Amino acid sequence: MIDLQQIHKTFGAFTALDHVSLSIPRGRMVALLGPSGSGKTTLLRIIAGLEHADGGTIRLDGQDATDLSARDRRIGFVFQHYALFRHMTVADNVAFGLKVRPRDSRPSKSEITDRVNTLLKLVHLDGLAGRYPTQLSGGQRQRVALARALAVEPRLLLLDEPFGALDAQVRKDLRRWMRRLHDDMGLTSVFVTHDQEEALELADDVVVMSQGRIEQIGTPADIYDNPATPFVYQFLGNATRLTATVQGGTAHLNGWQLPATAPDGPAVAFIRPHDWTLEDAATGANATLRHASVLGSSLRLDVTLQDGQDIEVDIRRDAGQAVPAAGSALRLTPNRVAVFPATA
Amino acid sequence: MSKRSLREHSATRLSLVALTVAIILLFLLLPLAQVLQQAFAKGPAVFWQSLQGEDTIAAIRLTLLVAAISVPLNLVFGLAASWAITKFDFPGKSLLVSLIDLPFSVSPVISGLIYVLLFGAHGFFGPWLIEHDLKIIFAVPGIVLATVFVTFPFVARELIPLMEEQGREEEEAALVLGASGLRTFWSVTLPNVKWALLYGVLLCNARAMGEFGAVSVVSGHIRGLTNTMPLHVEILYNEYDFVGAFAVASVLALLALVTLGIKSAVEWWHRDELAATRRH
Repeated sequence: MIDLQQIHKTFGAFTALDHVSLSIPRGRMVALLGPSGSGKTTLLRIIAGLEHADGGTIRLDGQDATDLSARDRRIGFVFQHYALFRHMTVADNVAFGLKVRPRDSRPSKSEITDRVNTLLKLVHLDGLAGRYPTQLSGGQRQRVALARALAVEPRLLLLDEPFGALDAQVRKDLRRWMRRLHDDMGLTSVFVTHDQEEALELADDVVVMSQGRIEQIGTPADIYDNPATPFVYQFLGNATRLTATVQGGTAHLNGWQLPATAPDGPAVAFIRPHDWTLEDAATGANATLRHASVLGSSLRLDVTLQDGQDIEVDIRRDAGQAVPAAGSALRLTPNRVAVFPATA
Repeated sequence: MSKRSLREHSATRLSLVALTVAIILLFLLLPLAQVLQQAFAKGPAVFWQSLQGEDTIAAIRLTLLVAAISVPLNLVFGLAASWAITKFDFPGKSLLVSLIDLPFSVSPVISGLIYVLLFGAHGFFGPWLIEHDLKIIFAVPGIVLATVFVTFPFVARELIPLMEEQGREEEEAALVLGASGLRTFWSVTLPNVKWALLYGVLLCNARAMGEFGAVSVVSGHIRGLTNTMPLHVEILYNEYDFVGAFAVASVLALLALVTLGIKSAVEWWHRDELAATRRH
């Protein structure tokens, strides 16, 4: 159990973390998701003890670790560019954390060798023990970094953009493998990413960050279905942003009257492309089709609303169903809308 | 690539190689041969005899002593400075970086003069030194000080760009894995820079043995006591003892060749590791 309270960090005039609090239960895989400069990597480095917070407390398994040195935290860290020891072989890299232990807690030479072999097998690198890091591919280096971090049996595994430096196919494979490893070994892990797809696919909990603050914490389904702020909507993507006006708890948008909790005044509304219903235009059209394209089992419609705003609509398409012609009049009703004050 | 441009390519290469060889012959090998020729002008017997002189042996011994003191000192200073500058953040860092270059930008004669002004009989610390019967100027400590000053940047200059490029991540990785600062230095930082360190030390050594200007000012040219090899070469030359001057000069050149030989031998011994760990 990792518990962060009111973590604050500035670099000169720049506030990297603005009183961030976060709890990570044992056994979870947590994604810190945000754009660059949102503070996610700084938070990771503070948890590892590589950076010192200006304020706030860190508790690891109930014990105050705020002033504990990185050496003594027993946390595994996989660096974005792996940071493998370049003059050591793969086996020596993995063995390092065991070899540097004080004499009384250091395993024997043969135990270390066994441990290293087991770990290399686990990350599918047996046979490469004698290679140097420069002789490995990116994916192999990443797995060496992982084995090296796991060798010390960390209570928490931290990964900084673990798949960022890999090409797309390797990234997909490694992601799945990483998730399986996490479950099989019963790890607690936190990884940093700016890729929302990666975060939603891999994590049990997603922490969305922006400008040194946590915007939302939730399961991937939570985050996708109920983004808490306009930022989360925009960062996750796949939503159309529309302007509306709120009056007495009702948002007015293109002739629709939608329930809203935002105060009176200008507002923004977010609607996902698949949250629309297409009705019979004969009952009163409120939009015009600009372009329709077939995306397998769904139909993507580029539509201009009556009030001039452009939207994207995805609707289910049955085989053989006619594709509506450009310029045809449509009647659309939104199923789910999130309305926020425009200034937020 | 077309045939024509290939031909042009090899023509360029040939002329570049020829030019390089010509420059090396003219400016490096010819003078070296000239030194040896002059040293042996009156036969090997005279050559050997001129090296047997008490003052010459004292000069050789002093030069080796000065190098043996100042090179290890600068190894430690240079390593410490590079480590501090590249692995830690602290106020005044950029000032320190420019201070390291100071010995390169100041004329060696001026560096020597500064020591005279500080430690000479009429210098800042002069009266105090005389009172305590300590001799720095016109003595071995002064020569060592001047040599240390002049050769200070070699190790640091060689290490800083490399350590900067390597970054801090490997040290951070070692720290997170539980290594102490000292352990990290010995097993991560030092192995990563050992080649650059070796080059820095060799350059530093070459300059320490060959330094003339700064040493000339603080030495006092006392034969048999404060005369280093470069100073001795000058004295012998000015006394028209050409064989003697060139004999000492050839020994100095030999020392340089020995350092080069050591470097090549070390590289050869570790060629596998070098090939494996060097960046592509």
